[in-house]
Amino acid sequence: MRQVLAVLAVVAAIVGLWYLACIPMNMQGVLVEAERAGAQVSPPEAAARREMGGVSLALRNGFAIPATWAQERPRLPAPHQVAVELWETTIDKKITSKRSLVYHGWVTLSATLLGFAIGTGLGVLLAVGIVHSRVMDMSVMPWAIVSQTIPIIALAPMIIVVLYSVGVQGIIPKAVISAYLSFFSVVVGMVKGLRSPDAMQLDLLRTYNASKGQTFWKLRLPASMPYLFASLKIGIAASLVGAIVGELPTGAVAGLGARLLAGSYYGQTVQIWSALFGAAILAACLVGLLGLIEKMVLKRMGMA
Amino acid sequence: MSSVVSARGLNLTFQTSDGPVHALKNVNLEIEKGDFVSFIGPSGCGKTTFLRCIAALEQPTGGSLSVNGMTPDEARRNRAYGYVFQAAGLYPWRTIARNIKLPLEIMGYTREEQEDRVRKVLDLVDLAGFGGKYPWQLSGGMQQRASIARALAFDADILLMDEPFGALDEIVRDHLNEQLLALWARTGKTIGFVTHSIPEAVYLSTRIVVMSPRPGRITDVIESPLPRERPLGIRDSKAFIEVAHRVREGLRAGHSDD
Repeated sequence: MRQVLAVLAVVAAIVGLWYLACIPMNMQGVLVEAERAGAQVSPPEAAARREMGGVSLALRNGFAIPATWAQERPRLPAPHQVAVELWETTIDKKITSKRSLVYHGWVTLSATLLGFAIGTGLGVLLAVGIVHSRVMDMSVMPWAIVSQTIPIIALAPMIIVVLYSVGVQGIIPKAVISAYLSFFSVVVGMVKGLRSPDAMQLDLLRTYNASKGQTFWKLRLPASMPYLFASLKIGIAASLVGAIVGELPTGAVAGLGARLLAGSYYGQTVQIWSALFGAAILAACLVGLLGLIEKMVLKRMGMA
Repeated sequence: MSSVVSARGLNLTFQTSDGPVHALKNVNLEIEKGDFVSFIGPSGCGKTTFLRCIAALEQPTGGSLSVNGMTPDEARRNRAYGYVFQAAGLYPWRTIARNIKLPLEIMGYTREEQEDRVRKVLDLVDLAGFGGKYPWQLSGGMQQRASIARALAFDADILLMDEPFGALDEIVRDHLNEQLLALWARTGKTIGFVTHSIPEAVYLSTRIVVMSPRPGRITDVIESPLPRERPLGIRDSKAFIEVAHRVREGLRAGHSDD
């Protein structure tokens, strides 16, 4: 019960701060609209107001505060505006509609899942190679690390252009970017996990004259499971970011990234924020789902 | 009868950044079939290293060592021995029965044979009925018994034990020592047993190998006059106390020259 209260208190604090922040952020625009509508605003000169900060404007024009939470195109939309937009674009709209966030979410999700599958498969394969071959350990690992130091925002357009020039487009380029972001955490986690059995465990299998394959299947792989799941949770969140980033440079017509981009073109801040929240909710669901699978698997293995 | 383990002039030197470390120097020892040989000495005397050489987990740098008339590595490939480590080292994701099956799966025993052997060795170590439990559900002593069962499950006539009861309390230890003797009597295996404890070494062994460090070497080999049948009460007998005294003297002599 106390935990629930604590969680609710934190949420309430964030929402409260958010509403407060809306006042100075949106005050300038609200006053312009109010003046046009014939209201007395202070100071009356638009130029003088532009020089002033949002807080002092709010202090001198207290009457305008409620309007900062109800603008059509606010700089910072209020929480309820985002919530309403989310509701309208998910529950009220038909899924097939181009304005449905569920439709756009699915476009991004399918690229995320494909990318995550590729990234995880690649990551596990690389980790197995790195653990079993010194050459791979010394040659692949540095490149895997270097690959993550390049900003994805710089790399994504190049990946898309290169793939387009060889005739690949649609979901694949997005999935490739998403895989690129997610494979690394899987490599690092799996290498650590596959190496987690101590010397004694490996000695024991040596006394049985076990082969490398038997050592892998019977000891290294099961021992790596907790590490794998920790990496997968990071990896799936990175996959989603990758898929969204992959939607930006193409000026994609569909997907959460496309919603973000279109929103910023037309100054639709509410749409941007609802797409952001849509992405966050999606990520939370994916991580939560992985957490459930982790619990089930480890329980079946007798490790939880 | 030929020796099961035969070491002649065995040397092992580790190269470290502080210079060479003589883990074993000129070690000569014959272990006969059915012997219970304990290795006792302070840390760094090479007792564990010697056991690991027999198991081909370490490579001697000089001298000769044969196990069942083969090189240690051939013996390892022929699965000549079962090895029990200081920690039970059971897989947490396997039940006790499946932990015992691990070597059997690796060595390619049929499913029926696996079941059969698991049942037999669980009986042997007094863990019948615990096959379905996970390691964390068992006490430390029970876990160590399960790890002994795992080493007994396949047909190796040598059992190498590296301080298997070192982490257990005295009462559990006494109990397991008694069980180990019964098990040895029933199976007729040759046992190499590393220990820190003088009473444990004297109680269990037919021969006690006293070792000392820097360089690791054998200072005394004591043939025990005690009968093979040993109730726990034998530890108060005169013969037992005499052997223990000689072991203690041997350990002290090994220490005096450093």
